[in-house]
Amino acid sequence: MIDTCDQIFVLLQHWLVSYLPASWQPAAGVLLSVAAIVCLFPALFALTTVFERKGLARIQNRLGPNRVGPFGFFQPIADGIKSLTKEDIVPKSADAAVHFLAPVLLVITVFMGFAVLPMGRNMVLVDLDAGLLFYFAMGASAELAVFMAGWSSRNKYSLLGAMRAVAQMISYEVPLLMSSVVVVMITGSLSLTKIVEAQSQYTWGLPHWYIFTPWGFAGFLMYAIATTAETNRSPFDLPEGESELVAGYHTEYSGFKFALFFLGEYVAMFSISGLGTTLFLGGWGAPFSFLTWVPSWIWFFSKLMLSIFVFIWMRGTLPRLRQDQLMNFAWKFVLPMCLLNLLVTGLWRFMGDGWLRWVVCSAILLLAYAGMGLAEMRKQRLGPRSYRYAE
Amino acid sequence: MSFVFYLLAALTVAGGLAAMLLKNTVHCALALTVAFAGLALLFLNLDAQFAGFAQILVYIGAVAILVVFAILLTRGSETPRDGVFSRTWLAGLAIAAAVFAVLGWAVLGSARVLPHETAVPEVTVQQIGVALVGRYVLPLEIVAVLLTSALIGAVIVAMHEKVGHEKEDSK
Repeated sequence: MIDTCDQIFVLLQHWLVSYLPASWQPAAGVLLSVAAIVCLFPALFALTTVFERKGLARIQNRLGPNRVGPFGFFQPIADGIKSLTKEDIVPKSADAAVHFLAPVLLVITVFMGFAVLPMGRNMVLVDLDAGLLFYFAMGASAELAVFMAGWSSRNKYSLLGAMRAVAQMISYEVPLLMSSVVVVMITGSLSLTKIVEAQSQYTWGLPHWYIFTPWGFAGFLMYAIATTAETNRSPFDLPEGESELVAGYHTEYSGFKFALFFLGEYVAMFSISGLGTTLFLGGWGAPFSFLTWVPSWIWFFSKLMLSIFVFIWMRGTLPRLRQDQLMNFAWKFVLPMCLLNLLVTGLWRFMGDGWLRWVVCSAILLLAYAGMGLAEMRKQRLGPRSYRYAE
Repeated sequence: MSFVFYLLAALTVAGGLAAMLLKNTVHCALALTVAFAGLALLFLNLDAQFAGFAQILVYIGAVAILVVFAILLTRGSETPRDGVFSRTWLAGLAIAAAVFAVLGWAVLGSARVLPHETAVPEVTVQQIGVALVGRYVLPLEIVAVLLTSALIGAVIVAMHEKVGHEKEDSK
């Protein structure tokens, strides 16, 4: 009974596919899984937009959308109808072909990332040997779409926004990859299913998730910072800051193309949170050994939605970072910490089991964090506020 | 030579041709990206997963973006005044044909040198890793030194401009 609940989607797929002749069954199974992903994540996106607007509103001491449906929960339907029926304006001097292809490329590459995420036991679309590499390859291709959008609009605001966005995404891609490499070092495989399996053991009822190790915790923090910057999410959302750059690289997009950019950004947030839960939070594993009877896909999606709520919380709480502050942070703090984390992970691996490696690795990471933080703060000359008035 | 191979080869060649023939430089860079994608798909067609995904990650994710940034930050995005084809195109064609002949002779002749392999080799990422730090560790370290020197060189080039400007301002 527990196993049936756990494997219910797999069994459903097998049952639906069994009605077809045997030679069509593998392709039909894959098509069915793809259809499920393409239907599920945009639905989650719709739900997330409501949660975001209500959540941000409550953080800012106001109500948020509350007119469409009970407590405003049908707002995404209204938004969807609006974006579908709005006129699709393409500027006369814009590059029509590239302007059209930019949101298409973004959405395609963002959805490809879901192909390797294990969303439950036996619930991977494609179990690739180099799954993590495939995921990062798709993420890197998404940056090109951002550039295409900004350049093809023939608009200074768009171009500035696109260049800032691409610079930010490239800078934070290095810490993103480096913080994932430590997981690969310890697991010994790039396959995401093997990474989840390696975290599914329990000691004294507590799981072996990588976030509960010193290098895993540091790696998770670096990964969280890098993902917030990769998806252009506050506090790193200068490229699309409304008060700074009109709307950044999607200024000249209206109607459904803007909706596609919005969809692409949120679905990228989902997939990168999904990867984060797979790498550091144990994927579809339960947090305590006495809770393993709950289906695995419920754990995966709960952790995913928890990450999304943390993103929304950060957006409502932290101020925006300026472009140069953001780049300084990436190259001068996050990257050296990631390199140190690599060393510490190697040390962990070769020190053997025992309490000593926990103490040594935690000490090295904490000292480095405190040291680098103190060094950076000493350079800031923070005095009393000074005003400059126009003459 | 299956249908998929011909399709991917057509895509790659079309991307390369478009990269040469289009008038707008950024369009050429994007067509080059299509050619890179075609190459990556050819690698995947040969079951070389690591090579295919690394091709996408490095070429499309980094090299293509570098190319478009370079076009943007220089004056390459304007349409050229004198036309895109050079006056010495016949000599260029002859040299390209000579290089193609040498490459073709080398590739076709290599089939005799390789041992007869009937099955497609199953190369896992772990085998590639072991080979990289085992047999091919010297090329790996040399490439690492080369990349580090390129990084330091880029930082020095960027730094020199700032120092040069400051010196001019103080005069």
